[in-house]
Amino acid sequence: MIHEHLEIISRETIAKDTVQMTFRGKMAQEYILPGQFLHLLVGEGSNHMLRRPISIAGVDKQESTITIIFKLLGEGTNTLAKAEPGDQLDALGPCGQGYPVDELQIEHALLVGGGIGVPPLYYLAQRLRETGIQVTMVAGFQNKEQVFYEAEFRKLGNFYLATDDGSAGEQGFVTDIIKKEAFTFDQFFTCGPTGMLKAVSTQLEEEEGYISIEQRMGCGIGACFACVVPAPDSESGYKKICKDGPVFRAKEVVLA
Amino acid sequence: MNLAVNLPGLEMKNPILPASGCFGFGKEYAELYDLNLLGAITIKAATGTARYGNPTPRVAETTSGMLNAIGLQNPGVDQIIEKELPFLAGYDTPIIANVAGSTVEEYVEVARKISRDPVIKAIELNISCPNVKEGGVQFGTDPELAKMVTAAVKEVSGVPVYVKLSPNVTDITVIARAVEEGGADGLSLINTLTGMQLNLAGRKPLLANKIGGLSGPAIKPVAIRMVYQIRQMTNLPIIGMGGVTTAEDVLEFLLAGASAVAIGTANFQHPFVCPEIIQNLPDVLQKYGFTSVEDAIGKGHEYADANLSRA
Repeated sequence: MIHEHLEIISRETIAKDTVQMTFRGKMAQEYILPGQFLHLLVGEGSNHMLRRPISIAGVDKQESTITIIFKLLGEGTNTLAKAEPGDQLDALGPCGQGYPVDELQIEHALLVGGGIGVPPLYYLAQRLRETGIQVTMVAGFQNKEQVFYEAEFRKLGNFYLATDDGSAGEQGFVTDIIKKEAFTFDQFFTCGPTGMLKAVSTQLEEEEGYISIEQRMGCGIGACFACVVPAPDSESGYKKICKDGPVFRAKEVVLA
Repeated sequence: MNLAVNLPGLEMKNPILPASGCFGFGKEYAELYDLNLLGAITIKAATGTARYGNPTPRVAETTSGMLNAIGLQNPGVDQIIEKELPFLAGYDTPIIANVAGSTVEEYVEVARKISRDPVIKAIELNISCPNVKEGGVQFGTDPELAKMVTAAVKEVSGVPVYVKLSPNVTDITVIARAVEEGGADGLSLINTLTGMQLNLAGRKPLLANKIGGLSGPAIKPVAIRMVYQIRQMTNLPIIGMGGVTTAEDVLEFLLAGASAVAIGTANFQHPFVCPEIIQNLPDVLQKYGFTSVEDAIGKGHEYADANLSRA
């Protein structure tokens, strides 16, 4: 993890209340795994005392850029979205542990993402494809207006889409698609709201897989104990989401 | 410029120390900078046995501050001594152990054990954590209990005892007086103010614990007032804290009467804030006409016309 002021080189609204931002900086040359995040300082002065953890959606080492996608959910993300190309953002990163893409011995990966949990899976899908692993992606969004990266995912493998209201793809949840399609795969990789993570890991409990947990964080480096998750089989009985995660083996942690 | 300060048990290179709970046991920040730069380090609270703490979410941002309800998560005093303190022994920076408990017996047991470790130069007696159901703040809001637990811990501690006071009281000077009578070697203030934030969409408190402790720049004026008030009634050394983000804030606490100044929430916003403040402090002291840190301590009282009325 390094500390750097990253220069914003582009900012784009890619779906309703969903912003894609690309930065240029030396950080892009670090060893970065999908699932790792940037811990971003928001605004100036003391208005926002907590940084915002935002997962990495893409890295281009040649251009030395890092891309993130975030949703406007409150004052912090609204302020973040006001930063313009040319501005610099104070970032810590890459933070946490990502999906161990370089250690996987699998042929076929099932990726399951919900809402703002979709972006890190895009970077994951890219990295898996680079190592020759076949990718099936199931994405869930609230409605058509929220959908992003459909075309990008389709270039990387099979893509299935569910929306709560049926305005795009199939009506229902990602778990409905998983049930209906009965995919064959070696491991699953999921990221999204806690409710979805629980549903997916319960549905796929016979399978091996990884989950990435979203939680409000304090320091983002493992010092403050704000973001912990029970891990009954570990020595301490818990894991720190910001430092030991946000990616965990699905059976390693117990979701609240 | 001479930044050194000497407090009971603590020979500090400078008056800056991270506040308990905001710095873990030092390892994470040691990856970012040399901990020898710090005046001292207050480690995360220790209890008699391991505690998991509260359910998540445990933190929420507020305007110029944050709420937390961690709930004293820690591996227990024995594990801290065995697994955490050896790492800190490698640094030439005094370590302060924050001691918490549910009962007087627990406070005493933790204090006795941890104060015997040569790494620990002082105890910060935590009678002010607002986020646990038992103990903690109940000792910090009742003068008799505060005095009793201070005296009990003083009896067994091998190092000086600083009592960390809660701001969630009608008159903090009453508690300060009580712990002074109990034998405290110093005071540490303030802990967080209790607060709550509701989630509009969910129509419920944002923190799983509902209530949390408010920290950050939002509480600095409260902290300054309390340090100032207590300086007028006792000569016990004070470790001041509450919303410090800059060297100017540090000077304000020194003027109010603090001899050392702890940094908490600001570490989360700027992980390098402690060494940055230490670097900026000489210029700020010089700008306001001081030749050392010692020179500034308590100087905010010279032109005060009269004592403050009790708040």
